[in-house]
Amino acid sequence: MTYLTKPKLHHPDLPKNALGYTRRDYEGPISTLCAGCGHDSISAAIIQAFYELSIEPHRVAKLSGIGCSSKTPTYFLGQSHGFNSVHGRMPSVLTGAALANRDLIYLGVSGDGDSASIGIGQFAHVMRRGVNMVYIVENNGVYGLTKGQFSATADKGSKAKRGAVNDDEPIDLVQLALILGATYVARGFSGDKGQLVPLIKAAIEHRGAAVIDIVSPCVAFNNHAGSTKSYDYVRGHNEAVNRLDFVPVREPIAAAVPPGGVQPIALHDGSTILLRKLHPEYDAHDKVGALAFVEAQRMKGEVVTGLLYVHEDPSDLHDMQNTVDAPLNTLGDDVLVPGSAALEKFNASMR
Amino acid sequence: MNPTDIAHPDYFHKVVDCQWACPAHTPVPEYIRLIAAGRYGDAYLINWQSNVFPGILGRTCDRPCEPACRRGRVEEGSDGKVKPEPVAICRLKRVAADFKEDIRDRLPQPAAKKNGKRIALVGAGPASLTVARDLAPLGYDCVVFDGDARAGGMMRTQIPKFRLPETVIDEEVGYVLDLGVDFRGGERIDSMKTLLGQGYDAVFVGSGAPRGRDLDVPGRREAAAHIHIGIDWLASVSFGHVAKIGKRVVVLGGGNTAMDCCRSSRRLGGDDVQVIVRSGFDEMKASPWEKEDAMHEGIPIRNFLVPKEVTHVDGLLTGVTFEKVAAQKDSRGRRKLVPTGEPDVHVPCDDVLVAIGQENAFPWIERDVGIDFDEWDMPVVDTTTLAATRPGVFFGGDAAFGPKNIIWAVAHGHEAAISIDLFCRGDDLRRRPPPHVTLASQKMGIHEWSYDNAVAPDRRFRVPLKETTLALKSIKIEVELGFDTRIALAEAQRCLNCDVQTVFADRLCIECDACVDICPMDCITFTENGDEPELRQRLRAPAHDLAQDIYVSGTLKTGRIMAKDEDVCLHCGLCAERCPTGAWDMQKFLLDMAHADDRCRTRHAPDRALPAPVARAGD
Repeated sequence: MTYLTKPKLHHPDLPKNALGYTRRDYEGPISTLCAGCGHDSISAAIIQAFYELSIEPHRVAKLSGIGCSSKTPTYFLGQSHGFNSVHGRMPSVLTGAALANRDLIYLGVSGDGDSASIGIGQFAHVMRRGVNMVYIVENNGVYGLTKGQFSATADKGSKAKRGAVNDDEPIDLVQLALILGATYVARGFSGDKGQLVPLIKAAIEHRGAAVIDIVSPCVAFNNHAGSTKSYDYVRGHNEAVNRLDFVPVREPIAAAVPPGGVQPIALHDGSTILLRKLHPEYDAHDKVGALAFVEAQRMKGEVVTGLLYVHEDPSDLHDMQNTVDAPLNTLGDDVLVPGSAALEKFNASMR
Repeated sequence: MNPTDIAHPDYFHKVVDCQWACPAHTPVPEYIRLIAAGRYGDAYLINWQSNVFPGILGRTCDRPCEPACRRGRVEEGSDGKVKPEPVAICRLKRVAADFKEDIRDRLPQPAAKKNGKRIALVGAGPASLTVARDLAPLGYDCVVFDGDARAGGMMRTQIPKFRLPETVIDEEVGYVLDLGVDFRGGERIDSMKTLLGQGYDAVFVGSGAPRGRDLDVPGRREAAAHIHIGIDWLASVSFGHVAKIGKRVVVLGGGNTAMDCCRSSRRLGGDDVQVIVRSGFDEMKASPWEKEDAMHEGIPIRNFLVPKEVTHVDGLLTGVTFEKVAAQKDSRGRRKLVPTGEPDVHVPCDDVLVAIGQENAFPWIERDVGIDFDEWDMPVVDTTTLAATRPGVFFGGDAAFGPKNIIWAVAHGHEAAISIDLFCRGDDLRRRPPPHVTLASQKMGIHEWSYDNAVAPDRRFRVPLKETTLALKSIKIEVELGFDTRIALAEAQRCLNCDVQTVFADRLCIECDACVDICPMDCITFTENGDEPELRQRLRAPAHDLAQDIYVSGTLKTGRIMAKDEDVCLHCGLCAERCPTGAWDMQKFLLDMAHADDRCRTRHAPDRALPAPVARAGD
């Protein structure tokens, strides 16, 4: 917790993006989380991603539930829309907002408690509906706000700070998301922004339900020997299947493709992800293979990171529901409230 | 890169840009914090210890610290037009002097017991007075000779009273003389040989650069009655021998003496005063603020005009003719002034003041007394010890290496005093006592520091001035009113506390990136090690300023290193506040230069002769 405001002064050579904004323009107020919290690194990665994509902050809506993770939207994108909802209910609010205004970029920010315990039902349904969003889970394996009890994502056999051993099976949100139909599934580590920032950028450009499970060490309650979500453990067991380079629409792909082992993946807006394989057999288009690989590595105690699955031609909630193309707030009353005659006609069609 | 050796006194000293730039290495942020706390007396004494004349320097210093100030590198012009400005260090020094309580009982007392050594000091200017200040309390019998009746040297004779009131000189020169110094006013030393024959244990020459360079053009001699050498004229004004000047005055020269001459002229009857320089306005030697002050008083500065002839009618000055020139680069890239071929310019005037430079002059030092002079007729002086070639003779101030300024004279004085002390003890002059350095954590609580780490957004505050029409009425009315305590506090808050250092402990770091994420200036990078030029390129913000060091840690757990660019660090301490393990800590670096006192001997590094930082004297 810091009481100062971060000085407005910045490096004299700080670069600007296509909109003329510096990275600092994408910050929010200073974080009140514990010093060293992995969540703050994730906030920094989100700031970096939106800055690099030159996205106007007012085009973004950030939504969250309850918990340390769900506090973080305050600390980035200070000029964006925000909604801090009820515990575990962020997916419903996000779905509603996405239906009403499809023009915004939706960023759901949640934690392992918010998504894997109280909100697991909501998590499941927002995935299967294919809501166009970036769903970030800041996953530290403990309830930090209540002093470090195991959460539902804590690995079986891992130790709490005071020595208690977790006997329950963990919920792996990556596997859950794969099964439930998310079309972009990735895992990152808060301590590796080089990998994380491109993952977030590609998720923003992906049209469909994009989930990134980010292992984020809780420095106060889950960064000790025996934890499987500590800086040391994740660094020692990080099984990265690939590295991403994100190529925006404007740049010709040929120039950016380094030779050897690179797989270009086109995104719907014309930008491209360049996937540098670190595991020769791993195929990010093979959902069944992804599930098997992640599970096999999990059994060995390894943490698989990278872009684990991507559907190249996803459909989203709007496609499936055949909604109007324009945001509802741009439609006039005559369209939104067609009158009793229209209602009669509709009812008649249902008889 | 190898891990940075932060135990070396120079490493963190360099980070305190102002202190590093100051010839006397005054601990600037330390006294600025005391001013902010209202402890003016304490702030004054830190200055007094280091630079001897805080009240005088707070009005007249050349301020090498201010161009060095970090604030000038990190402030952003809000509209791109306002340029970043340093903290008004010099004027804050004056605040300490203006608002201090009576500090006389906190100054050293005259030595109760003399040590039997007699030191002769030639000239009673800042260099000699500094030597006397350092040596007299130790028991040395210091005898200061000066041709003038009162002590102070050029501070008294050459700096006009509207910039430096007599009372300030009397007070601070008095503090030195009250230490039991034997001042012999009106006793000009005419022969070094005679002086050396009087049995002094050491002789210090601090006689300044007393000869003003003359103009050598046709008509100079004929019209001599109304052509004056700048520094001599200023001295005559100071002593009250001159109280008037003609209505139209031409001042030749572009240094600070020229600025003092023109502004003095405005107060002694000169209505139409102009400064005319050979070269360009930007090339003038005068400090920017002195030029501003002159122009503020309605004095135009004309450039690229080379004096060609003094015109006169029967020996009565009528004006000066100038040739128009332009600056050009020759084939070797050297700047040269070449005539433009345009018609000459004639500037009619009643008086001419010549302020085109000063020279050293040692007609009183016989060339056969063992003091060597070089090809430019300057004494051969060691830049570290300030010793001349004859053992026991030392030089300092302008007399040593040519015209500089008061703060350099003070720095020389301190080093010469150390040398004289070593010499009188029969010790090796090259074994300089190292500076006294402390580095102490400023942590008070989890997120509380003993210094105010919030960065003030204010721009530099202006010093209030006396209204020009009133100021010009008398040569004795001080123009600058100085900061009041309210503005002083606000200006003091602009100081970034660069002496509170970011100290990094490798073994505590868990590489969580919290410091990287919070740093407002992108100073910190965790990356693979490399050679410095290559590493500088791949930091979060490329480190182009090679004068500023990169602080490099040892190898961390992941095999990477921490590299911090010291260049634009705000010392806000957020890295330390966000560090979960205390790997970053804010520690105050306090460096006290060694002075000639009893501590010198106990401070000796037993088998290592440290080069004193003042080795840069004369650079």
